[in-house]
Amino acid sequence: MHELSIALSLVDTACEEAQRHDAHVVALHVRVGALSGVVVDALRGAFELAREGTPLAHANLQIEEVPVLMKCPACGGPRPVRSIQQMCCADCGAPATEIVSGRELELAALEVA
Amino acid sequence: MSITTRLVEVRTKILKANDVTARWLRQHFQECGVCVVSLVSSPGTGKTLLLEQTLRALRERYRVAALVGDLATENDARRLARANVPVRQIATGTVCHLEAEMVRQALDGWNLHEIDFLFIENVGNLVCPATYDLGEHLRAVLFSVTEGEDKPLKYPTIFNTADVAIITKMDLAEVVEFDLTAARQSVESVRPGMPILEVSAKRGDGMQQWLELLSTRRQAALRPDTEQASVQQSAELG
Repeated sequence: MHELSIALSLVDTACEEAQRHDAHVVALHVRVGALSGVVVDALRGAFELAREGTPLAHANLQIEEVPVLMKCPACGGPRPVRSIQQMCCADCGAPATEIVSGRELELAALEVA
Repeated sequence: MSITTRLVEVRTKILKANDVTARWLRQHFQECGVCVVSLVSSPGTGKTLLLEQTLRALRERYRVAALVGDLATENDARRLARANVPVRQIATGTVCHLEAEMVRQALDGWNLHEIDFLFIENVGNLVCPATYDLGEHLRAVLFSVTEGEDKPLKYPTIFNTADVAIITKMDLAEVVEFDLTAARQSVESVRPGMPILEVSAKRGDGMQQWLELLSTRRQAALRPDTEQASVQQSAELG
């Protein structure tokens, strides 16, 4: 249960950015990869706690879940994997040795007023 | 109520502070010529015994040291000190994982130029440590024969951030009817191509391969002008 410390980092990062833009934050747009090790629901809960008493107290948290994509040696371009338990190309079954997305844990944007 | 809002692109990693420290650590380790290996597993898998035997074996040829993370107590550090090498405990309090800053602080006062191998034993936990880069060159994930063959399928993320999987307590494999083939398939399914070692730190099985892997990785990691085999490299690119 490390989502609380991640939520605290998120609040800090967002507050810094908001201050830099001298703006009031209405919503945070966050990207969470399926391989980031973060449970989205736990992050939502932790964010409720972390935002208390900060300028983000009424800000919304919008989470985009990023699927795992691999560079498939057989099919060529980026392809989804079957699942994080079965790390192989969803189309042809080639093993996923190169991951191109799915580890994201980032504050993508702020919606400000 | 209608408010006009606009979108400001930020694109910042939430754990930027940890990543920055981890990158600094990795560079610092590189400059000092120390190869850093972290061990992660559930509580009770046998990280400390494996580490104790590893330290004893390696100290014949290398200068070794270790950091051990636990929520509380200094028991593991005391145990490892029996191997007669420098050991420090990181007591994390309520924190369920190590972070790069804890490692940086724990190293305070140690001359890394005098160390060839530094081992970092993470807090026993297969979930949270996955998210934190510690600046290590090699991350080993352990699971024991008593935990079940499907452990990798239950905790795919940590296996996916690791560079080698070690199946521990192989001396008990027969008693618990451990299915080695199924266990190997589980690892291969979540992290295709990852090396798998079968070890009994108590009896000595597989220790030779583990020690050889460490020496090989040390050479690769510290070779100048080479992209090191870093754990989080693909994460950084991602």
